[in-house]
Amino acid sequence: MKLGYYPGCSLRGTAREFDESLLAIAPGIGLELEEIPDWNCCGASAAHNLNRELSLALPARVLALAEKAGMEEVLVPCSMCFNRLAVTRHELLEDEELRKRVSDIIKMDYQGTARALNILETLGKLFDEGIEDKFVKPFDHEVACYYGCLIVRPPKIVQFDRYEDPQSMDELMKKIGAHPIDWAFKVECCGAGLSISRTDLVAKLSGKIIEDAVHRGAEAIIVACPMCHANLDMRQEKVEKLKGKKYSIPVLYLTQAIGLALGLEKKKLSLHRHMVPVVFPPREKPAIESKSKTKTGKVAGQVEE
Amino acid sequence: MSRIGVFICHCGENIAATVDPVKVAETMSRVPGVVHAVDYKYMCSDPGQNLIIEAIKEKGLTGVVVAACSPRMHEPTFRKVCAESGLNPFLCEMANIREHCSWVHEKSDITTDKAIDLVRVIVEKVKRNAPLYDIKVPVTKTALVIGGGIAGIQASLDIANAGHKVILVERDPSIGGHMIQLSETFPTLDCSQCIMTPRMVEVAQHPNITLYTYSEVEELDGFIGNFKVKIRKKARSVDENLCTGCGVCMQKCPRKKIPSEYEAGMGMRTAIYIPFAQAVPNKPVIDKDNCLYYLKGKCKICEKNCPAEAIRFDQEDEIIEADVGAIVCATGFDVLGTDSFPEYGYGKYKDVITGLQFERLASASGPTLGEIRRPSDGKEPETIVFIACAGSRDPAKGIEYCSKICCMYTAKHAMLYKHKIHHGKAYVCYMDIRAGGKMYEEFVRRAIEEDGVNYIRGRVSRVYEQDGKLIVKGVDTLLGSQPVEIEADMVVLATAAVANTGAEDLAKKLRVSYDAYNFLAEAHPKLRPVETNTAGIFLAGACQAPKDIPEAVAQASGAASKVSALFSGDELSREPVIAVVNRCPPPVFSTCEGCFICEQACPYQAIEREEIKTRDGKLIKVVAKVNEGICQGCGTCVAVCRAKAIDLQGFSNEQVYAEVMAL
Repeated sequence: MKLGYYPGCSLRGTAREFDESLLAIAPGIGLELEEIPDWNCCGASAAHNLNRELSLALPARVLALAEKAGMEEVLVPCSMCFNRLAVTRHELLEDEELRKRVSDIIKMDYQGTARALNILETLGKLFDEGIEDKFVKPFDHEVACYYGCLIVRPPKIVQFDRYEDPQSMDELMKKIGAHPIDWAFKVECCGAGLSISRTDLVAKLSGKIIEDAVHRGAEAIIVACPMCHANLDMRQEKVEKLKGKKYSIPVLYLTQAIGLALGLEKKKLSLHRHMVPVVFPPREKPAIESKSKTKTGKVAGQVEE
Repeated sequence: MSRIGVFICHCGENIAATVDPVKVAETMSRVPGVVHAVDYKYMCSDPGQNLIIEAIKEKGLTGVVVAACSPRMHEPTFRKVCAESGLNPFLCEMANIREHCSWVHEKSDITTDKAIDLVRVIVEKVKRNAPLYDIKVPVTKTALVIGGGIAGIQASLDIANAGHKVILVERDPSIGGHMIQLSETFPTLDCSQCIMTPRMVEVAQHPNITLYTYSEVEELDGFIGNFKVKIRKKARSVDENLCTGCGVCMQKCPRKKIPSEYEAGMGMRTAIYIPFAQAVPNKPVIDKDNCLYYLKGKCKICEKNCPAEAIRFDQEDEIIEADVGAIVCATGFDVLGTDSFPEYGYGKYKDVITGLQFERLASASGPTLGEIRRPSDGKEPETIVFIACAGSRDPAKGIEYCSKICCMYTAKHAMLYKHKIHHGKAYVCYMDIRAGGKMYEEFVRRAIEEDGVNYIRGRVSRVYEQDGKLIVKGVDTLLGSQPVEIEADMVVLATAAVANTGAEDLAKKLRVSYDAYNFLAEAHPKLRPVETNTAGIFLAGACQAPKDIPEAVAQASGAASKVSALFSGDELSREPVIAVVNRCPPPVFSTCEGCFICEQACPYQAIEREEIKTRDGKLIKVVAKVNEGICQGCGTCVAVCRAKAIDLQGFSNEQVYAEVMAL
């Protein structure tokens, strides 16, 4: 499968291991990527809060470049970038006036033929082509598939998977030999938007996710979003401080887990770049030890925020 | 030469405030063919009507135009006036100068000019009106009622008690519908079985009612007063005449773990089964999908043990044909599947159940004999959460409309729970409480104030299991959007009410319209709520929209009275506004070419084929003919006819052209 490729800023910065691992596994799973020439920032979390036209023009330029390069489908691994590119295409196709206005701003005519694909959808299609025999070293671990909030939303625009209880990543993980756990925090907010400004809230929100994953016996959390990864991996120490517990649960991009199953070296998958070391202790019983002291009272807890 | 009378109504100030009626009358009096033109304050009043009567007599009018309100309002009034004066009522027409003119424009000369135009148009039409006569159709005085829930039962009994024959067809092995599954009913908490089983028995014993259970309508033909129906009576594999309903077969059947439809999956049944103890008829049926004999070719334990020798494995479906004059459709509703909101964990967690399942738990005839015990371990739930609007009013995941019954039954569920488990805690997470109805709001207040049910306004985002508890995560929007987490033992989802399975197919068979949600559509949402657009077919109960019991019963009685009115004479009278194929002598000149595009275009299948023959029986050609009983006068055939061989009576091409040319 040949696709256009938009790494976005994250995959060239804080999340370079996502980029590196994706490029490492691509040949093994029959994926050929062609980077969009001269791509720019999608505007991500900042632009749409400040200026609507800017927030549409930035992704529109990326898509227009892809069109110019003759690409119809562009793989966008970062959830935030994917969200911006998908929303932009949707809005511009809905409103001809706006499309003209934005085309005028970027000095390029965006027609709407190029569209963004997210990583789950893309891998899903590739895995459907029957490449199971390539997974020579099954990723035999209990994993918590964490989708985050953006990759399946907004449902009307992305029209992909069940947005309150997505399954696509779980299916992918099953195929590489992992055992996805049944848990409730798949699409809970990790606090991404507050990653820099309010790390205390990030610790609280991400803490709930990590706590539940560990509690239900996950050995690793699998993510598909650089923001999720940053919060769950980089801020794990802060979470541990808040909760007064040591979790040390590795957080892997799904491409890294797939790479391990393909038998690639850890180094090629950039596992050494993580804050929480990617090591799997010898197998023991799942961590649902002693009835962890959840509030035993049957009274409804009004959790303050 | 026509002698038309024009009568301009002021409608008090309604017309006269913006249109000058005197000028309209004066202008019209100068139109060729108009011999009389007057204005009056209230033309529909007694003195107003007298003006028309006198003019018809004195001036020998051949047509009457009343310029007033919408014909929907008073056309019948004025046509009756004409008929009483000896003028064919179809020679009277109305020009709508109120809704179409005075109400929507400012007072000015142009407004008056428009009114004049509107009247002139109708005058030109009336000049070309021909006398028409009501169509008489014979009536078969037997009604078909489809669906044996409370609505179908009520309609059947009402029609039967009026002295007419009724054929009641029910898809399931027993009548009773959803109501018989309910525990107690709001707002009086009387037991559903107690009030319903006597009615079911009455149906079975009524001399005027023929009951076909485990049967479905296969095909429908014909038209109002003269329908022909084919009913498929599915093979029960049991001879109903021999069976005594002793139940030995059910005791002996080795297949005992089939989720019972009646118990909404909360209890089990055997492969040969009577759905519930009070079933009507109280005769078992073999479920072929689960019976060992039908699956594997051996077993027949029921046959060996049946003391009445009533088991018939080789029984086949039977097709019953019947003539009926009217149809009441009472096919009810279904509850929304739970796939659309996986975040509530239905199917994943045993203790997340639907409202209908809770009804079975709370029912004295249910699997726990009325004790509230949770399905996973049979324990009494100490904390229970009811989630209202599970699917309703949710355009993103469920359905857009309000299911209407859930607010009330959820309050009832919480109340029943508190009555049975006094120390338990009951929460209701809701969007709004919609309790419009007699004693309804009081009922909900009682649940909150007397029974201490905790109502939390806000949506639930997720239900998940943690350490043996179901964590219900939601929000309290009345406390400034505070997140709420409740550790519950059981969760009940008030799943939305949706159209019954097969509603669309049935609608197509009956040729009645249905809405985007597959609910059957009434002819007019306010003024004709029990009729469909197909004459002679009526609606009762939740097949039209979600309804509670009182409403379903009221509508059923309404439908029954419509049927009784239809059956009150030996012939039916219908307005003659239908399509006719122009025939002129000699028949060979009939303009119809026999292309039969009209046949395909007609939504009511009213086009028939007629052979035109010479005197000695030689076929000249085959032409279209409109069945007067079926035609609804929609005019589709007129529009598609290439030879202009079809006209709508009262709205012929000639009349409509004359109207346009008058402008």
